[in-house]
Amino acid sequence: MTQRATSLRLMLAGGVSAAALALTLALPVSAQQKSVKIGFVSTFSGPTAVIGNDMRNSFEVALDHLGRKMGGLPVEVIYEDDQQKPEVGKQKSEKLVQSDKVDFVIGYIWSNVLLASLKPVVDSQTFLISANAGPSQIAGDLCSPFFFSTSWQNDQTPQAVGEYMNQKGVKTAFLLGPNYAAGKDMLAGVKSTFKGQVIGEEYTKWPDQLDFSAELSKVRAAKPDAVFIFYPGAAGVQFLTQYSQAGLKGQIPLYTAFVIDETTLPLQKELAVGVPGAQQWVNDLPNDANKKFVADYRAKHKHGPSFYGAQSYDAANLVNSAVVAVKGDLTKKDDVRNAMRKANYASVRGPYKYGNNHIPIQNFYLQEVAKESDGSLHLKTVATIVKDSQDRFHDRCQMKW
Amino acid sequence: MLLIVEQCLNGLQFGLLLFLLAAGLTLVFGIMDLVNLAHGSLYMIGAYFAASFAVLTGSFVAAALLAFVATLLVGMAVEVIAMRRLYGRDHLDHVLGTFGLILFFNELVRLIWGPAGLSLPLPAWLSTATEILPGLYYPTYRIAILVVTLAVALFLYVLVMRTRVGMLIRAGASNREMVGALGINIKLLNTLVFGLGAALAGLAGLMQAPILTVQIGMGENILILAFVVIIIGGIGSIRGAFIAAIVVGLIDTIGRAFLVDLLRAVLSQTAASTAGPALSSMLIYLMMAIVLVLRPEGLFPASGK
Repeated sequence: MTQRATSLRLMLAGGVSAAALALTLALPVSAQQKSVKIGFVSTFSGPTAVIGNDMRNSFEVALDHLGRKMGGLPVEVIYEDDQQKPEVGKQKSEKLVQSDKVDFVIGYIWSNVLLASLKPVVDSQTFLISANAGPSQIAGDLCSPFFFSTSWQNDQTPQAVGEYMNQKGVKTAFLLGPNYAAGKDMLAGVKSTFKGQVIGEEYTKWPDQLDFSAELSKVRAAKPDAVFIFYPGAAGVQFLTQYSQAGLKGQIPLYTAFVIDETTLPLQKELAVGVPGAQQWVNDLPNDANKKFVADYRAKHKHGPSFYGAQSYDAANLVNSAVVAVKGDLTKKDDVRNAMRKANYASVRGPYKYGNNHIPIQNFYLQEVAKESDGSLHLKTVATIVKDSQDRFHDRCQMKW
Repeated sequence: MLLIVEQCLNGLQFGLLLFLLAAGLTLVFGIMDLVNLAHGSLYMIGAYFAASFAVLTGSFVAAALLAFVATLLVGMAVEVIAMRRLYGRDHLDHVLGTFGLILFFNELVRLIWGPAGLSLPLPAWLSTATEILPGLYYPTYRIAILVVTLAVALFLYVLVMRTRVGMLIRAGASNREMVGALGINIKLLNTLVFGLGAALAGLAGLMQAPILTVQIGMGENILILAFVVIIIGGIGSIRGAFIAAIVVGLIDTIGRAFLVDLLRAVLSQTAASTAGPALSSMLIYLMMAIVLVLRPEGLFPASGK
């Protein structure tokens, strides 16, 4: 082989690889990012699967409204079941981040599941959007530039209930909740605003204690002015049933956070009438985005969405606002974050702002069950309890922007 | 003082309910030597039947009776179709087989009744509280549970100790081969015993249904407690199950009721309210461990094993 032929071959090889390199660099961004990949972690099996299904249904309605595209890119969603167990939720979140390489992880009903799953997701610099759980730790010390919430911090809703109890002149209260991260936040939340005296406080085993006989006997013996409870999902149905069977309904007024919603009302029926609760979203909030969401959900599923669903609907739209803002280039993580911080989308709860810890600063409403003339029961907004409430842990979050 | 009485009643009521589950479990385990994890599924089926029959008939009592009979039939069918293949095999095979049945029943219920769960409303006369002692109000329905479970316990006692069928059941628990060798139709006996156990589980489920909600997997947590009861009471022994169930029910309820207050005397408020529920749920297993160390056969083992 002559020297000349060799150098020609080298030149050719060099030229080809240079051309290939140039081609890669010149490729437009949108061709690299072929789709927006979203992992959705919620509970899809067991007694609380009703909640997970409501979240998924609402998320799907949101995607339909967006034409199943965000910023021109098709959306791909992978739903994972956490079985309401922290260890399963963590494992599913790791799988979504490591092997599916999703761009966003959304969902999480339960605070203990979210706390277990947070680190693997945010450590991999993937955005996590909680569509329900709001543990105090993540609002404070554990706050992360990759974490956003479309719900609330756990203490906020019971804080509003505490305010309402003050308005009603409650002097003494008995508090009950499940013994896990959210239960502790909720009871601490009520105590932070309630000005009367807390004469009893009980934590029950979660999620498997369903019989509250021992606790109800204590309530009866303590004779409080009012009882506050936090029991999400089926436990809330069981509590209201047993409260009535113990003859306490009508004797001691009940105040609630996350007990009565569209997933539990069909089982609670009359027992929920006259029991007040607080919420940042109620199905009858009079803004256009909400009217469209509720009407289209109702048309598709023959029943109304719950607040869990509303928060999931918002999560889809929050992500969409960010994908549109960066024109589909999800490698620009700082720009994605800055876009989400603006909360520049039509939230079904009405406009809100983000605090430094990425938790919404928002209104909380008093909701009650209303009976229609045809006998059917609906949740409706009665009054605004607090305006622009910010969680009480944001000072502990080091993040500033 | 009244609070203590009320809490004891709560414990007794929970214990007697556990007894209904444990009685069937201990008979099946003792006589057929079969580990039946699917016992909790029959508890669930009983509750679903009751909720459906209540809608159809409009009467709570009629629904309860129909559901009891229906669960008995389902239990007998399960024995003939599935359980028969498992006798004489290794316990691990029982666990695998009956675990499969749990999945089967959960999916079946999901297909028939949907994932959302049902509610079984009580008639007005049961849905109140009654003054049983001056100043002591107790839910009427829980009193009804106490009465029914005590009646069932008495019936079981008479059935097992005073009738010919009961004699065969006891003989089967002591020496199964010998009963067969003496010309007793052990197959029929097995079907009957399994059906009875299923019906008792169904009764427990349907009686819990108005207190809890009727939902998929509702029998799985309580089944663990029922196994604890039969281990403490002695496998195959109805008397043991009865006493152990009441003891477990009382420990569970009294622990939940008073342990937190006791801990508050020693620990800070927050530490006590966090540690209390955790400790009280450990008490039962602690008791089981102690019984296993001191009397590995249980408190009242079936004689002649």
